[in-house]
Amino acid sequence: MTLRFRQPGVLPGFGLTLGFTLGYLGLLVLIPLAIAFLRVFQLSWDEFWQIVTAPRVVASYRLTFGAAFLAALVNSGFGLIVAWVLARYRFPGKRLVDALVDLPFALPTAVAGITLTMLYSGNGWIGQYLKSLGIKVAFTPLGVIVALVFISLPFVVRTVQPVLEDLEAEVEEAAASLGANRWQTFRRIIFPAIRPALLTGFTLAFARAIGEYGSVIFIAGNLPMVSEITPLLIVSKLEQYDYSGATAVAVVMLVISFVLLLLINLLQRWSRTRQV
Amino acid sequence: MSIDIQGLYKRFGDFVALDNIDLTIPAGQLVALLGPSGCGKTTLLRIIAGLETADRGQVLFDGVDASRRHVRERGVGFVFQHYALFQHMSVFENVAFGLRVRPRAVRPSASQIQAKVKTLLELVQLGWLADRYPHQLSGGQRQRIALARALAVEPQVLLLDEPFGALDTKVRKELRRWLRRLHDELHITSVFVTHDQEEALEVADRIVVMNRGRIEQIGSPEDVYDAPATPFVYQFLGHINLFHSRVHAGWARVGGLRVQVPEYDDTENAPALVYVRPHDIDLLREPEDGDTTLPATVSRVSALGSVVRLELIQSPGGEIAEVEMTREHYAVDPLRAGDMVFVKPRQMRVFLHDDPKIEPLVHWNGDGDGI
Repeated sequence: MTLRFRQPGVLPGFGLTLGFTLGYLGLLVLIPLAIAFLRVFQLSWDEFWQIVTAPRVVASYRLTFGAAFLAALVNSGFGLIVAWVLARYRFPGKRLVDALVDLPFALPTAVAGITLTMLYSGNGWIGQYLKSLGIKVAFTPLGVIVALVFISLPFVVRTVQPVLEDLEAEVEEAAASLGANRWQTFRRIIFPAIRPALLTGFTLAFARAIGEYGSVIFIAGNLPMVSEITPLLIVSKLEQYDYSGATAVAVVMLVISFVLLLLINLLQRWSRTRQV
Repeated sequence: MSIDIQGLYKRFGDFVALDNIDLTIPAGQLVALLGPSGCGKTTLLRIIAGLETADRGQVLFDGVDASRRHVRERGVGFVFQHYALFQHMSVFENVAFGLRVRPRAVRPSASQIQAKVKTLLELVQLGWLADRYPHQLSGGQRQRIALARALAVEPQVLLLDEPFGALDTKVRKELRRWLRRLHDELHITSVFVTHDQEEALEVADRIVVMNRGRIEQIGSPEDVYDAPATPFVYQFLGHINLFHSRVHAGWARVGGLRVQVPEYDDTENAPALVYVRPHDIDLLREPEDGDTTLPATVSRVSALGSVVRLELIQSPGGEIAEVEMTREHYAVDPLRAGDMVFVKPRQMRVFLHDDPKIEPLVHWNGDGDGI
């Protein structure tokens, strides 16, 4: 029996493009990550375990993944609203607003971090009012979430917006003529149509937020056990020339990220097969 | 339920889509809104449905003003040209949708919904497709599902926007016969929009011919075809031959042909247009006595299924005229290109040039599939 993956198609070049894809991904993703793993093998299992389960490190995992998850969740909600407004309505300055959405992509993250810190610190423009309400943002985990929401905003908007624009107005009119109210039309007709895109946007935002470093370290205050993110821990280990320790933590982060993204992908596949 | 439309006016920017439309649709009838694209027929249908609002005027359902009622509360079933099925739902769920979104108090039980959807799918003869998804169906099947979905909410009025416009000719013919039978079974007041004259003539009880936001004529299919009220209706329904003519004291003259037009007894030497259907013309080998024929030359003969179409060039002006006759008729004395003939119209209609109803002339042939 011979295995045949080749699929006949209009465009030739399956072998060439697959080879390129594997080579490209190998060079850019796999080899650098493999180096990290190799480095870790210089440690004994006990050393490795001690490093990656140190209380300070575990606290940083919780903050990194928790804050990234919450930030992606917040953006799924508000990003959806932004995408909705951009896709559905015409208003003066719409192009400007549309361009504004991409700004967090272009801005150096350090600039974002410094700006957000100035805004939300105890005597900043926004921070002073929040302070009178008893809410502290800068130098707390909440600040981390704010920074992550900022840098991951474009993902949900940009994935959901084209899908919303492609939705036929007639489908909504059909739902209304059948007696559905606005909420029913949204929940039963529009939401199922944009759900895959929303999930993709969430995944991208989540992945981006996990790896974010530049903007967070300014606003977080970096208190060990409280507002210290894992990427910062890795950098500080590197600064102490603890290369093995840094890669050990990095590898754990890598594995958790990979497993989470894989799970979300499976979830997406499942939701897609369920609807079409 | 009867529908009364009073003084409906609608503008999109500078474009007047509907210009003071008055129309009564009696309960239980199947009415076609017929006209070229941009004539306002779809806008009128959408205003009846409540999907669009008029600038002025009223829509009355059974004498009650429905203009302010939301589409949700109008009790209309709407069928779209491109089906507008819910892609992520099975055929069954599509049809059940209208029942499932009802307020809890009036929502049927699960078993009632099951039974109702099953009945409806059988009505549209697609019971075996209940578990499929819209993208797995053919165009004709999708449109029938869309109709079943609209009927599920037991509408008082069924509105169809070019329901067969996206289908190929064969399926379209099949479906419109089926729609007619369905209407005879259910007797729901129905309005459908079409630009296909053949479709309107075949399916509708009454035809409303529209042009440029106004109604040109309302009548039975025989009325609008045999007795067109305006030159536009004449041109839009079926093919026509157009002759330039002069009318003087009750007589119209086209070249050497003279026809009596008693309605223009008092007209003096006015330019006019004469409309003749291609199948209302006899061709003779010899001229008749009196001024009843026009000489012409056959320039082309083409057999189109059941009819033979001949193109004629008039000797004087060089204008081209079309004549249609049955194959049998043609076989009696087959004419060839180049033959000299004498044209004798059996029936014609004369409109004066200054008649306000005369439009700048455009040849509307619908989709070209003619009559």
